[in-house]
Amino acid sequence: MTSSDTSSKRRRSSVALRLVRNPLGAAGVVILLVMVALALLAPVLAPFGPNTAAIGNTLAAPGGDFLLGTDSAGRDTWSRLLWSGQLTLLSALLCASVAIAIGLPAGLIAGYFGKAFDGVSSWVANAILSLPSIIVLLSVRSAVGPSVWITMIVFGVMLSPGYFRLTRTAVLSVRNELYVDAARVSGLSDARIITRHVLSVVRAPIIIQTALIAGVAIAIQSGLEFLGLGSPQDPTWGAMLSEGFRNIYTTPMLMVWPALAIGLTTGAFVLIGNALRDALEDMPGTRLSVKALAGAATAIGTASAPVRSRIPSTVSVRTLAEPVDATPPEDAAEHLLQVNDLEIGYPDGDGGLKRVVEGVHFHVDRGEVLSIVGESGSGKSQTAFAVLGLLPASAQVVGGTVVFDGVQTVDPQRRRIADDRMRPLRGRRISYIPQEPMSNLDPNYTIGHQLSRPMVKLLGVSRAEARKRALVLLERVGITDPQRTFDAYPHEISGGMAQRVLIAGAVSCEPDLIIADEPTTALDVTVQAEVLDLLRTMRDELGVAILIVTHNFGVVADLADRVAVMQQGRLVEEGPVREILHHPQHPYTRALLGSMLVGREPLTPLTTTTKGPTS
Amino acid sequence: MTETLLEVDDLVVAYPRKGLRAGATEILHRVSLAIEPGRTMGLVGESGSGKTTLGRAILGLAPVTGGSIRFQGRDIAHASRRERIALARDLQVVFQDPYTSLNPSMEIGRILAEPLENQRIGAAESRARVRELLDRVGLPSDAISRQPREFSGGQRQRVAIARALALRPKLIVCDEPVSALDLTTQARVLDLFLEIQQDTGVSYLFISHDLDVIRHISHDVAVLLHGDIVEQGPSLQVTGQPQHPYTQRLLLASPLPEPDAQAQRRAERRRLREEERIEGAERRTAP
Repeated sequence: MTSSDTSSKRRRSSVALRLVRNPLGAAGVVILLVMVALALLAPVLAPFGPNTAAIGNTLAAPGGDFLLGTDSAGRDTWSRLLWSGQLTLLSALLCASVAIAIGLPAGLIAGYFGKAFDGVSSWVANAILSLPSIIVLLSVRSAVGPSVWITMIVFGVMLSPGYFRLTRTAVLSVRNELYVDAARVSGLSDARIITRHVLSVVRAPIIIQTALIAGVAIAIQSGLEFLGLGSPQDPTWGAMLSEGFRNIYTTPMLMVWPALAIGLTTGAFVLIGNALRDALEDMPGTRLSVKALAGAATAIGTASAPVRSRIPSTVSVRTLAEPVDATPPEDAAEHLLQVNDLEIGYPDGDGGLKRVVEGVHFHVDRGEVLSIVGESGSGKSQTAFAVLGLLPASAQVVGGTVVFDGVQTVDPQRRRIADDRMRPLRGRRISYIPQEPMSNLDPNYTIGHQLSRPMVKLLGVSRAEARKRALVLLERVGITDPQRTFDAYPHEISGGMAQRVLIAGAVSCEPDLIIADEPTTALDVTVQAEVLDLLRTMRDELGVAILIVTHNFGVVADLADRVAVMQQGRLVEEGPVREILHHPQHPYTRALLGSMLVGREPLTPLTTTTKGPTS
Repeated sequence: MTETLLEVDDLVVAYPRKGLRAGATEILHRVSLAIEPGRTMGLVGESGSGKTTLGRAILGLAPVTGGSIRFQGRDIAHASRRERIALARDLQVVFQDPYTSLNPSMEIGRILAEPLENQRIGAAESRARVRELLDRVGLPSDAISRQPREFSGGQRQRVAIARALALRPKLIVCDEPVSALDLTTQARVLDLFLEIQQDTGVSYLFISHDLDVIRHISHDVAVLLHGDIVEQGPSLQVTGQPQHPYTQRLLLASPLPEPDAQAQRRAERRRLREEERIEGAERRTAP
């Protein structure tokens, strides 16, 4: 397929392009290319052979026939440097090739098939890793004699566990991916699955590792040669270094040249390795230059000007220092939470600002349940996080106000939720129930610790008192054996139990408002019903207000007093639950309700048009 | 047409536990069901019920330790890799997560061509088929040279459906294919499934935790609980007048999108729960 060829070529070239655009990466590539070119052209460039000695002209100064002088045997330093480059670079290549040839297939087989091979090969890899390389290399040298090639082959074997582990881990992470399962269902052979689906995942880390390994190989090989353990016939930078070291007092420059060559080459490999990692692992669009961010800031300055005029004048552009800044608009005083014309944006990388929430306006009264309904990308979670003051650092509150019980939390100067105003509220007066109960409990601490700690910190009660309250709370949220759950770690309880624990935590400091972000989406339907019952009980008994974000109209009907429907960052409709569900005004609300399955004739179309790229 | 397409009899799936002498964890205990050509069997259950494992066992992705799976009369429970290649023509899959079921580094065209290439279908024919498939699932033809990340969840699921359709299979195992989708997208994708069935006569094993989805798409329904099928029958009967207490509980737990009807359903659920509690207490106190 020509189209796919060009596209993958484009991708590959863009990695190369990113590598070269990175100044350090470019420097590494240039140095390495020069070194390789010099080594390759040694037969042409070198005036003498590597071991041609002019016995009468030892330790000659640079100049004349000898560009960089001669060593103690009268050999031309410049020529030897070039010939050595050939051998040193080839030996690094050999070392990396051996390590890859052993480590990559072994890692692929161990990771993909597992079983006995995995056990044995992992054991062997660990055994090799536990051996000190230098001692092994010294033993090999004394057993088989000085040879650059054998040394490098052995060192390659010593380094192969690195590749083995890297490959095995990468393969393990994709082995159970659904696309590999789909390939199995299609009857693809294991060899094909590995080459098509698995190898592509391993490729990037292997390339990065190789750049670094090559540098290490040169360093180790030079070190051995420097110790005088190499073959005297083979010219290498390490041997030259050793030779120079012996004459350091008479001709110090003899040491400088090989040291420079070794330093530059290993340094180039490290630079290339790092640049490759950046180029391969960072996808375009995830990084923003400082310039783009500055551009974004000015763009908002102009773009939000007309928006500001719609906002009540009290919140316009006051500085943080002025205390009046936190005073809410007049009409907000009676509501527990009042959100006015809220506008949230993220820098989009082209210097602009992508708005995810625009002009959102709603309120929540004490003891009331407001449900924000919408699909993914509607901005419903962003709105909830803005009320909680937990927006990501890159988010900008471009406009509007959030007033909680008389406190205005938006800092229009810094385009953020002011943390100093939010801190006394969060946890204490506004609490949060997340979507994923398990990932919101710290596996290192017991449930009891995580429940009682906030009470000690925020309410200032004693530990014993907090413990007593926590046990009461656990019982209240319907946990049959509170003491056992109190002492349990999060992994010892089920997802439904974990959500009950989080609800207990959310009401522990007797808040006025609970923000629940899809609190039942990750739960089974029977557990969902119980969690909804529990939330209703908490509202009835404690009089707490609930702002619940959901995509499920069943949840809305079960719990909410009022509904706000959001679509692509805008609030399209808001009103009492029966009014919205029975007489939706906005076409989008109607479309949402029209997608409901309840009450529809089974096996008949739900929508009028099924085709179309918009879905 | 009356010949049964897929027959699962007394199927047992057990995964070996880690460590020596540890034995095995049995996920499915002697499960039986049958699917007729052109019909949809809905499989509903909660997490840990083994519904996904049943689908994977049929596809050869889970270890079958007992019973049989007969597809078009042949036992495929322990089909070899070679037999699977032939089987791939008739038996396909759509997974739940449209984000991990497509290889992120492959273009849509290559993803769709993969099953065709594996059946040694020529390049020209395969290219034509890929275009046809994209059109069938309502995606633009320029999708061929684009990558999965350029598409939304619903569009990716359309690609996964297209891949499953590539070889014109007789049965598609659909493992929670609409669970990760938005409401309006879910409706469109469900419509697509129904439309494809009408046009091609394909059968589905449709796995979901959502009783509403199962009721809408299925002809027959099986309810799975802890590795056992507790109730099985025509869709309207199982989802309308459930007989087994668990199915009843499942039905009453799924909330209705109408406040007053839901309040009623809630009260009914509480009553059932209370009855069960009293029954349980009586059973405990009985001699």
